[in-house]
Amino acid sequence: MKTSSENYFVKGLRDGVPVFLGYLAVSFAVGIAATGAGFGILQSGVMSLLNFTSTGEFSALELYKQSAPLYELAILEFIVNMRYILMSCAMSQKLSPRIGTLPRLLVAHGVTDEIFGLSVLQKGELRPAYTYGLIVAGEIGWTGGTMIGAATGRVMPAMIAACLGLAIYGMFLAVIVPGARDSRPVLCVVLCAALMCTAFKVIPFLSAVSEGFRIIIVTVVISAAAAVLVPHVEDDFPEEARED
Amino acid sequence: MYIAVMAAVTYLVRMLPLTLIRKKIKSPFIRSFLYYVPFAALAAMIFPSVFTATGNVASSTVGCAAAIIAAYKKKTLTVVAAIACISAFCVELVMRVI
Repeated sequence: MKTSSENYFVKGLRDGVPVFLGYLAVSFAVGIAATGAGFGILQSGVMSLLNFTSTGEFSALELYKQSAPLYELAILEFIVNMRYILMSCAMSQKLSPRIGTLPRLLVAHGVTDEIFGLSVLQKGELRPAYTYGLIVAGEIGWTGGTMIGAATGRVMPAMIAACLGLAIYGMFLAVIVPGARDSRPVLCVVLCAALMCTAFKVIPFLSAVSEGFRIIIVTVVISAAAAVLVPHVEDDFPEEARED
Repeated sequence: MYIAVMAAVTYLVRMLPLTLIRKKIKSPFIRSFLYYVPFAALAAMIFPSVFTATGNVASSTVGCAAAIIAAYKKKTLTVVAAIACISAFCVELVMRVI
């Protein structure tokens, strides 16, 4: 049991490499924005360590600069992070009901776009240790990058940052393409979501919708349509669930 | 104080569903819905932004196409991510030369 969870942790660390690189590319800019808003290096690091979200941090810094009241900050954070509710619900179904409260509390910190994507598309049930590995790899990149950005005031050279940014997309593709290849309904979901999201960005009136909401709307509409048209009834975790 | 409030709200949003929903949901509709959520959400996050990820449509598209092919062949995560970065980087280099 001990060795098995250690293995999952190491696997998480290994799969966390692209997360680490991708976060490093973005977090320098967070550090610069934080010092721009008047935060110190340590404060910037603590903010990134505890929040672990790019949109949430960037928009909070904007409010901080305008010295907006705290309740406004709370409402804004809730709105920009609303997609995490959906992700957290999906992740709850991926954990065995036997998993206790403490692991759930820890896994919850890892509900970011990237760590959610990797965790929830694991084969079989999700081992919390795997997500811990991803969180450690991601946090080193995210918090470390924020502090370096805050300390140096420099972004990464554009060409390197751009290519690292592509690492996140590559990683996303690595988790959804095999699913889409093996299942017709999943392929349709992926294609429809991609088309709908593109339509949202191109059509004049719809393009006013913020990115966070665009993702929520597309996800809810496409998943609900797929659930009605092609219900997925199989057992989520065949034999693996009874392994230990 | 600012950091505490933003961290608290962000964490609660992430934590409540995971801790409150402990059982397997029975409803076939909700189960199917949640099964499709990650695919739809990730696809929505990838497209269309992936085509402008490097700031250049040509290198982004090549990187994306290379990643899809590698993922289709079931390469591991890190390999797929590396292939995407390296192929985009090569296109950028070639374009500088031309």
